[in-house]
Order: sequence, then structure tokens, then C-alpha cells
Amino acid sequence: MYDKDKIIPGLIVFVGLVTFPLWYGFGGGGKLPVPEKPTNSKECVMPTAEMRTSHMVMLNQWRDDIVRMGGARLGQTADGTQYIRSLQKGCMKCHTSKKKFCDECHTYAAVNPYCWDCHIQPKEAN
Amino acid sequence: MDNSRRKFLKIAGLTAIAGIAAPTAFNSLLKGEVHASSGEASTAGHGGGHEAAPVGKRYGFVIDAQKFAADPGLAPKCINACHSVHNVPDFGNKKDEIKWIWTETYAHAFPDESQYKRNEALHTLPIMTLCNHCDNPPCVRACPTKATFRNPDGIIMMDFHRCIGCRFCMAACPYGARSFNWRDPRPFVKQENPEYPTRMRGVVEKCTMCYERLAEGLMPACAEASKESGGIIFGDLNDPASEVSMVLKEKFTIQRKPALGTKPSIFYII
Repeated sequence: MYDKDKIIPGLIVFVGLVTFPLWYGFGGGGKLPVPEKPTNSKECVMPTAEMRTSHMVMLNQWRDDIVRMGGARLGQTADGTQYIRSLQKGCMKCHTSKKKFCDECHTYAAVNPYCWDCHIQPKEAN
Repeated sequence: MDNSRRKFLKIAGLTAIAGIAAPTAFNSLLKGEVHASSGEASTAGHGGGHEAAPVGKRYGFVIDAQKFAADPGLAPKCINACHSVHNVPDFGNKKDEIKWIWTETYAHAFPDESQYKRNEALHTLPIMTLCNHCDNPPCVRACPTKATFRNPDGIIMMDFHRCIGCRFCMAACPYGARSFNWRDPRPFVKQENPEYPTRMRGVVEKCTMCYERLAEGLMPACAEASKESGGIIFGDLNDPASEVSMVLKEKFTIQRKPALGTKPSIFYII
């Protein structure tokens, strides 16, 4: 191979630069989001793992069920606590801060849901 | 010569058959499409004529215009009750106006009725107008996304999430009951009701007969605001024992533009 002494170090530098994002944060993972848990209740409407992955699906189901199918307004958690199936009247009664709960993960995951274009968020205590 | 005439007649015959057959074939194809797009509304059939036997609930109002004439403060009270509950914005100009319930003159509300040599009082009579929650709603047929639909108790509902702002429903509604959010309404909501959402720019909105209050066993906000005076009476039109049915049995009432066959659920005592 001609110019071996230039090409091989060049390749090593190139691979090093390209994989920079991988090894730079290796093992750290950055700062994980810590959504604030409500203090007035212990249990959410579904198990935590399910809520984490599919709360948006559940919100859509609530909406379609209540607006279109005349579905029930009240739901029950596994331990029998009643809740209102509604974002403003339900979820936000326990998770009282959008900033400390919703935004925490949404910002981390860089998702931008448009719930709050219409729905009114609880007044934040400053 | 003979041969060419024979050919000519053959071609002419085939052309005639094709000319007759093609539109029929087209029509049968088109018919399938029209049927699909008319959806549930087609069960209501043509307007006017025979009323179908009542099935299930059908909520409606009786509005007594005389009660509103007697108390000039009643109309603003009803409008305010509705608009404050539903976070209806006030832009302060006619062009951007959003209205769920509003007052109209007799001539504008009932253009079908004769306006010739009517009594003086009729000119100033305030008519409360809102969505008529028609039994045969033209807006529902026009909506391409099913954002507006008729629910089983006769309420013409809006799913604001699904509205794409095409405004076909506004063009279809003969009562002007729908308003479009040309601007972001949030900054123009005077007093936010935290129990109900606002809307966003590019969405059509209208009266939803307070479906969220009915679910909690409450009356619609306008009917509740005028409860003592009996200006707006609310109930199930299909229930012969309901208050609206009683009033409708006794009093002479009119509907807005009945000739259009939309079958409004709102009745007026003039």
C-alpha cells in the first residue's frame, strides 16, 4: 500500500472522530429525569411501567370513550380508589405541577406534546 | 357501396349502445361512493315529511322570547354563564367573534316567517340563538374528519382534537352557530375555568349542549342561568313526561328555518 503511514493514522483519527458521541458519554448516560411523585396518593390508574410507556395511548382512549361512546367518567384503580378520567380534572389533581412532572421526561425525551395548547395546566406555585 | 353502408350502421349501433351504457355504469359506481360518504346521516333521510318514531333520548330546548323581552338582563346573564364555563374568548371585534349562544333579532332568526306588517314589539324582541342540535344535521355530513358528530342523545358534539379547521361545517350550518378561531384564543379568555379546556387557533367551536355538565347531572349552563324565569327550558323531547314536552304540548312554538329539513331541537315561544 502506498502512503501507509499517512492512511492508517488518518483512518484511526477518522473512526475516533465519528464515534466521539458514543465514547464521550460512555457509562454516564447523562442526567436522568426525576418526575415529582404526588404526595397525596400512592397508586396511579395503571402500574407505573404501563403508565411510563403508554399514558398517551390511555389518554386518547379516555377521550374517544367519553366524547364518542358515552363512556364512564369515573375509573377505579387496582386498590379501589376512584378517579375522574380526565386530564384536567383527573391526572392534574394528583400531579399538580406540569413543570415538575410532565415536562421533566418530555424535555429529556425531546417530545413536544400539544396537550397544553388547549388544556389548561394547573397554576404553578411560584 | 352496400358493404360500407353495412359497416357504417354497425359502428353507429355500437356507439349508441356504448353511449347509453356508459353513464349507467358510471352512475352505479358513483352511487356507491355517495352512499359511503353520507354515513350515519343518511338514516335521517330527506328532511320534513314523516317523522321517524322516536328512539332513545333527544335533548332539546324551549326558549320563551317573552321572558327575555320582560327582563333585559336575562340574555346577557345566560350568555355570560355559557361563555365563562366554556372559556369562550372575547376578541372585542365582530370579525373574530366566537359565540356559542347569542341574541338575534326576530327578522334575522326567522327569515322564513313573514316580516310584513308585524307588530312593533317584534322588531325589538331578543331571540336567544345557539346550535339547534338538528336531528338531520348538515354540519355532520359536511365534516370530513368526523370531528363533529351526532351522539346517541341527540347532541351534535364536537371533538376539538380532531377538527382540522376546514370550515365546511360553518358553510353547511344554516344557523351560523359555528365560529372559527382565527387567532389563538387563550389570551382573550377573561376568566379561565380550570375544569374545561380552551381551544387553539384553527379550530371551529360551537355549543355542545354542556355534555360535560349533563354527565355530572347538571343542567346546561344557559338553562340553569334562566331557571327562575323559565326563559330556557331544557329536557328530553322524546320523553312525554319531561318539562319541555309538557310546554310543547300546551304552547304554540316555532323552529328556525324548518323548511330546510334539518329538524332543529330548539323551539321558540314568540
